[in-house]
Amino acid sequence: MSPAEEAVRRENIKSAWQLSAPALLVLTVAAVGPLLIVLVYSFLTPGTHGNVEWVFSLEGWRGVLFDHDIFEDKLVLADGNLTIFWRSVKLSFITTVLTFIVGFPTAWFIATRSPASRAGWLFLITIPFWTNLLIRTFAINQIIRNEGVLNTLLLKAGLVSAPLQLTYTDTALLIGMVYVYLPLMVLPLFATIDRFDMRLLEAGYDLYASRWQVLRRVILPIIRPGIVAGSILVFVPCLGAYVTPRILGGGKNMMIGNFIELQFGQGKNWPLGAALSVTLLVIVTIALLVYVKAISGERKNG
Amino acid sequence: MTDEVTISARNVVKAFGQGNAAVRALDDVSLDIRKGEFFTLLGPSGCGKTTLLRLIAGFEMPTEGTILLDGADITTLPPNRRPVNTVFQSYALFPHLTVAQNVAFGLQMLGRPAPEVKATTERMLALVKLEAMAGRKTSQLSGGQQQRVALARALAPQPKVLLLDEPLSALDLKLRKEMQVELKRLQTETGITFVFVTHDQEEALTMSDRIGVMSHGKLQQVGAPRDIYTRPVNRFVASFIGETNFLSGVTEGAGVRLPVGAVVPVDSPRAGTVTLAVRPEHVRIVAPGEAGAIPATVTGSVYFGTDMNYQLALADGTEIEACVVSGVTGEGALSKGEQVGLRFTPGAVQVLED
Repeated sequence: MSPAEEAVRRENIKSAWQLSAPALLVLTVAAVGPLLIVLVYSFLTPGTHGNVEWVFSLEGWRGVLFDHDIFEDKLVLADGNLTIFWRSVKLSFITTVLTFIVGFPTAWFIATRSPASRAGWLFLITIPFWTNLLIRTFAINQIIRNEGVLNTLLLKAGLVSAPLQLTYTDTALLIGMVYVYLPLMVLPLFATIDRFDMRLLEAGYDLYASRWQVLRRVILPIIRPGIVAGSILVFVPCLGAYVTPRILGGGKNMMIGNFIELQFGQGKNWPLGAALSVTLLVIVTIALLVYVKAISGERKNG
Repeated sequence: MTDEVTISARNVVKAFGQGNAAVRALDDVSLDIRKGEFFTLLGPSGCGKTTLLRLIAGFEMPTEGTILLDGADITTLPPNRRPVNTVFQSYALFPHLTVAQNVAFGLQMLGRPAPEVKATTERMLALVKLEAMAGRKTSQLSGGQQQRVALARALAPQPKVLLLDEPLSALDLKLRKEMQVELKRLQTETGITFVFVTHDQEEALTMSDRIGVMSHGKLQQVGAPRDIYTRPVNRFVASFIGETNFLSGVTEGAGVRLPVGAVVPVDSPRAGTVTLAVRPEHVRIVAPGEAGAIPATVTGSVYFGTDMNYQLALADGTEIEACVVSGVTGEGALSKGEQVGLRFTPGAVQVLED
């Protein structure tokens, strides 16, 4: 590269930085700032009426995993906290799998329509975004409660003899979360299936692959980027879900999001809430790293 | 090549659409393709040649008729259960697999043991001279190399029939010539029956053992390249393959009388008005007034190096093209407006059905 080209290149890089400076500034202040505050708060002492006292303490972090047994004056593992963490990861994982199972055929259907009607179908997918999440979640509750639409239909059709007890169960939570996060799975899947060369299906069949083998050996590996993107978009917000478990889980079946909120509200233990938030962040990061590594490793061997 | 039949189409009809709006892509096609031959389906786009290929592959089901493979009815068998493989026009290579994995795909789907898959894959890559590319992604290959991978992939499971859907159309001229030779070599080496679809008559003539000429969903003529070229059965075949002059006339005695009065000595099987077809290279230019020659006027000429093409007109305005070998120094070249006589090489004039 000649010195002149080098100079031009540097000038380009410089102007690129200048152009993206406002966005970077907003992101830094809005994302890193609060994160730092949360991190600092997690090492402080809880105040009596919420808030914090500026005294260094590891109590918040200890509370993430341990309970203080007041009778024997020793630390025991906080089963309750671990259960909530485990539940959150489990439910988020199941939600991701379910949204894929429902979302893949949906995305395939849309991607194989004529270009004209495709826009219409995609439009329908985005309609739920028009309504507030809170209202949609209450609507789900109306549908699945004992006197709701679903149970009324099931009873009338004679499929069940007594209404299904769905409200405030994990099933209700899953129904709600799959409903809420489904578009986030469908859209990236659609984007990759749309670019999928349908002639490869014929090539697969021609080379003795069954329908199942074509799906497993041709379609899924090729649309993997869409599956990865969709899974991340569903799994991450699921893990931190607050509104859906609050309404459909009835406050009884908590997820991490509700547990954290509890510490900042009734619990009046901000450092514990902050420590839990940071823990959630770490779980998400580890889950993503493991997932991305597994996917790229599989690709290497595939 | 034997006379044993591999693929047999019996009264095959393929209609797209419903009721009166239905379009017959194939209209009562019956065809036998012999074991080990290089058979070409030739015709203009939309003639039904690709549809016939897709029916043999199993991607489409015929509306009527049956397709036999080695005597067994395979009409309703899905593509993955037919011992037939396709080289697609777009190649349709799997982008997520390497060259070797693409070639191995069919063998793996057939459940062949891993050592056999590996050995066959290596042999196939050697056959198409791509051993060095085994680990590459298909997107890193040139068009010609992708073509070879597609060939190796389709040949690896050792199908009874290999179907090739205009596989050379995406290549440039030089590469196309190379691949023509290559395909012929592969066919001879493997002994597999090739069914090749093309709209390029030259490709068909140079590569095939036999050609089936198609038009409007019908098989017009089936035969060896030489038969198709020298004895076309109808106007379509005569005009689609090579250049041809058409002359209409009336059967009279031992020949056909042209409107200008001259009689062409040809054995006409039919009375009344007939069409004569004569290739430009069989039109000979002689001195005007020579006995039996048809008088004509030179209206133009094109120089092709080895050949010289003359456009001529008969007295009634009928246009005729003549192709003669250019002289060493271009001596005897005719100029526009010159009066000449025309003769046709004896036996080279065809009387067509329509």
